[in-house]
Amino acid sequence: MEYLLHILIYFAIYALLGISLNLIAGYTGLLSITHASFFGIGAYAVAILTTQFGLGFFGAALIGMVLAGIGGLIIGWVLSRLSGDYYMLGTVGFSYIIFAIMMNWSSLTRGPLGIPAIPRPSLFGLGLGDNLKLFLLLLFVLLVIYLLSRKLVASSFGRVLRAIREDENALRVFGYETTNYKLAIFAIAAGMAAMAGAFLATYITFVDPLSFTIMESVFIMSIVIFGGFASLEGSLLGAFLLVLLPELLRFMGLPSEIAGHVRQGVYGLLLVLFMMYWPKGLMGKYKV
Amino acid sequence: MDILEIRKIKKRFGGVLALDSLSLTIRKGEITAVIGPNGSGKSTLINLLTGVVPWDQGVVAIDGVLISELSMEEVAEYGITRTFQEVRLFEQITVLDNILVILTSRSLWGSILERHSKLHLKQAEDVLKTVGLWDKRGDLVVNLSYGQRKLLEISRALAMKAEIYLFDEPFAGLFPEMTKLVASVLEGLRVQGKTVVLIEHNMDLIRQLSDWVCVLDGGTLLAEGRPEVVLSQREVIEAYLGD
Repeated sequence: MEYLLHILIYFAIYALLGISLNLIAGYTGLLSITHASFFGIGAYAVAILTTQFGLGFFGAALIGMVLAGIGGLIIGWVLSRLSGDYYMLGTVGFSYIIFAIMMNWSSLTRGPLGIPAIPRPSLFGLGLGDNLKLFLLLLFVLLVIYLLSRKLVASSFGRVLRAIREDENALRVFGYETTNYKLAIFAIAAGMAAMAGAFLATYITFVDPLSFTIMESVFIMSIVIFGGFASLEGSLLGAFLLVLLPELLRFMGLPSEIAGHVRQGVYGLLLVLFMMYWPKGLMGKYKV
Repeated sequence: MDILEIRKIKKRFGGVLALDSLSLTIRKGEITAVIGPNGSGKSTLINLLTGVVPWDQGVVAIDGVLISELSMEEVAEYGITRTFQEVRLFEQITVLDNILVILTSRSLWGSILERHSKLHLKQAEDVLKTVGLWDKRGDLVVNLSYGQRKLLEISRALAMKAEIYLFDEPFAGLFPEMTKLVASVLEGLRVQGKTVVLIEHNMDLIRQLSDWVCVLDGGTLLAEGRPEVVLSQREVIEAYLGD
């Protein structure tokens, strides 16, 4: 049961990340490789504010979301001056900057040592300490974010995002200040990713910079690619499959020291095969 | 009455002078055809007037308002809209969404809260029926034929309810029936008192539709006047047809 819960909690965390990145990459067409940075901001906000400032999980998570949203606005504003390949390279740059801050601002983040003993959430004095309660809370958050995201992409706002993806300059000629829309979706998605980070921190009760490297951003992008661009349901499926995959490899009897490397190799191979033969992903509605 | 006055506009792309101190005026409520050989600066003129590329020198007066530079986002404010020589639609979204995105609020909150969706749907229906694409409203644009894409781009311009329409070769590649439809759309705009700038190579259509013709050659104004007069001028025939 605990093992199943562990997988389900990871699925829900990565589903949140997949959905939020899909808003940026799938719906708006901005290929961002810095999503783990926002994930990390949320995780570190909870870690720092709960262990060093005595805040509760929900307050800390909210602050983390706001901080990530502000970070998203700043990063999005700088990136709005770039396009295409340069945009993606710019996101890689930001990924390294945020990682460097986590690694080197030791007085706040404890650098490579990470922050241990992060408490589990409690609501009105009611502990949500065990994994089942945490999972149910996370599932509720996932459901709310999925429904809100559906509403968002089905609205006129979502239509504008898709039009930006298709031909931003043509849309500008019709009077749209497209930068505002890109900043808004970047901030919203960053906040969602921070929420996922907050849950990761409280679940494993420990954070360190290595959990939020560029490889993590690539993994989140893989979820979006496998599940399909511009499909929220695809992101759910992508998260489920990619979280489940290493567990399947484990059952194949591979030694644990090899399984990790094999897992990365399989992810890489799948990514190449999908790009070649299934560029829309499993449930995608858009081809890059 | 002039609605658009272009004064000594100059545009250079690297070593190529695309527009060389071009001055011309567009009259309100008329169809003005802009013709000229390839490379004469016709499409560059439309790109400058819609902020797609900035001009180097000169000013433009739009309905009496003098401006020395124009960004893409500001174009709609001045009541200008356009089509593109190479069709530029929002390919991987539906025909209906291509029109709805033009009709809905430009403000961030307005687009999220969306209060007039039924009205916009009705307006989109009217516009798409004008060009015969209402039945295709659920199709992705990428699946439309070339002619249908041209018609959709024209209907997208119509959805803007602009004062000045800049059409860059709207008849290129159309079947005769579609050509008739587009011609009737342009004539309809004139009846409504709208201003149309038409870049076109088909002389029969220019004679049929335009009230005024401007001939560009090498980025300068070679001739202008009523179509029956201009199209019979020897220097125009030589510049355009090369004989």
